Amino acid sequence: MNAKTIKVDFLARVEGEGGLFVKLRGDKVEDVRLNIFEPPRFFEAFLRGRSFSEAPDITARICGICPIAYQMSAVHAIEDAFGMKVDGQLRSLRRLVYCGEWIESHALHVYMLHGPDFLGYPDAIQMAKDHPEIVQRGLRLKKAGNAIIRFLGGREIHPVNVRVGGFYKTPKKREFTSLVEELKWAREAARETVLWTAGLTFPEFEQDYAFVALRHSDEYPFNEGRLVSNQGLDISVNTYDDHFVEEHVPHSNALHSVWKGHGPYLAGPLARYNLNFDRLSALTQETAREASFGPICRNPFQSIVVRSLEILYACDEALRIIQQYEEPEHPFVEVEPRAATGYACTEAPRGSLYHRYRLGEKGVILDAKIVPPTSQNQKVIEQDVRHFVTKHLNFPKEKLIGQCEQAIRNYDPCISCATHFLKLKIERES
Amino acid sequence: MIIGIGNEYRGDDALGLMAARRLRRLLPKEAAVLMHGGDGAQLMGAWADADVVFVVDAVCSSAPPGTIHRFDASADPLPADFFRHSTHAFGLVDAIELARTFGDLPARLIVYGIEGRTFEAGTELSAEAAGALDRVVKDIVEALRPLADRPKE
Repeated sequence: MNAKTIKVDFLARVEGEGGLFVKLRGDKVEDVRLNIFEPPRFFEAFLRGRSFSEAPDITARICGICPIAYQMSAVHAIEDAFGMKVDGQLRSLRRLVYCGEWIESHALHVYMLHGPDFLGYPDAIQMAKDHPEIVQRGLRLKKAGNAIIRFLGGREIHPVNVRVGGFYKTPKKREFTSLVEELKWAREAARETVLWTAGLTFPEFEQDYAFVALRHSDEYPFNEGRLVSNQGLDISVNTYDDHFVEEHVPHSNALHSVWKGHGPYLAGPLARYNLNFDRLSALTQETAREASFGPICRNPFQSIVVRSLEILYACDEALRIIQQYEEPEHPFVEVEPRAATGYACTEAPRGSLYHRYRLGEKGVILDAKIVPPTSQNQKVIEQDVRHFVTKHLNFPKEKLIGQCEQAIRNYDPCISCATHFLKLKIERES
Repeated sequence: MIIGIGNEYRGDDALGLMAARRLRRLLPKEAAVLMHGGDGAQLMGAWADADVVFVVDAVCSSAPPGTIHRFDASADPLPADFFRHSTHAFGLVDAIELARTFGDLPARLIVYGIEGRTFEAGTELSAEAAGALDRVVKDIVEALRPLADRPKE
């Protein structure tokens, strides 16, 4: 029986660096391993002994890729510990800044990272030579998302305006004018994005996933909701640790998150969409129908369409929030620190981001736990690669490697978040 | 314009940010100095209206730590391998090449890559990187002196 090992030293177009190893024996996939090398749990160690008020900015800066998600999970978890509720316009502004992060993150992935796979280009630069208008549209969409973050976050690189209890400063109603104009353009561009991506050709690869995402009583989820699944889960976020566990695997320094007694699960846009289609705005649902894209999608390669729909939703939601905006009396709710443990899950662009803080007197952080979406998706990524390779053993080597990389990119994995430097390799021996 | 790229919680990855901080103190007020996380699309926006741009970033190639690599990106593409260890999937090299494709590259774009020793989580610079940082800052101040001294038209 001959053994084959597929090797790719560097996986392009993922945030950070990664290594994937695939071993084949005959027509059987013997092993699939996503390798991560960085010492884990730095986040938590770095937070220990610091004040609660530092958590939003520290966690956001350690992972610069989706700072708003880190800030949101941090403030919600700490507010949970302090028994606070942030409501009204402050809550809406949090949703608004999250819209900005979804727009910029998804636009980058759809146009610059994932799009080239479907049009047959090695990268966005080559794609731009033949399709400059498509790449320009993607860049402008991303810029519109960044504009929201800059507007509310104070800065787009390391936003500084978010705090426990609300914001340091809230905007005046009239200050939204130029943002609104750009968002109206973005909403139309997002509609075009949906119609464009839905028309791409996708590998046939339907999988039976356990989707896990937040679900809220009347909103598409950003900051709040219960954690639910299509395979029998409906829990309050503060029982997260009873249902999910992070396992150490020998080939990786990052921890793999699993659903206890169940196994791998999928977090992210595909999970949110399948579990919350009915919570999308009328315009978003209507556009999905126009694109002949149903409310259930189990093909991860089609996540590019789902991300496009989420961009559209975020633009639509941002405009709705701005339209109903009234300046709040105070930019934040007064904070009264107390010794307690707090929990939060919010929906980062890549999936649910769990934070837990145990706080001592005066809100000093005694310990912290952070589970980023990429940790949660690692097992399902390996599973996808295993199934994909098994199905396409007859593919020429280069094509197989290329499509395995694409299968990983379906998840927009942020390796700098799960860890930092990760070598992604696929090996094949014969 | 000066753009320092990095992450201050990743050891030598903070080099670009530290260069920017120092240059902000040393250069005349007219010089725009930016501290940046390295997102390529945002970089393209940042230098969109600038004629002369200096970028400082940490690199991870096989050269000894503290080695300074200097590239004239306005003349030639950057060797992609030098900046491969980016936290960004669409980072500096991509931003330069995409801007070149669109004809939006600044007239003069000089990139300094300082070879780092450690990119592990932490806030300490390695001794080699710190030494190289001094030399790069001095080099940029020198390079900008003729521009600063040039009589205003």
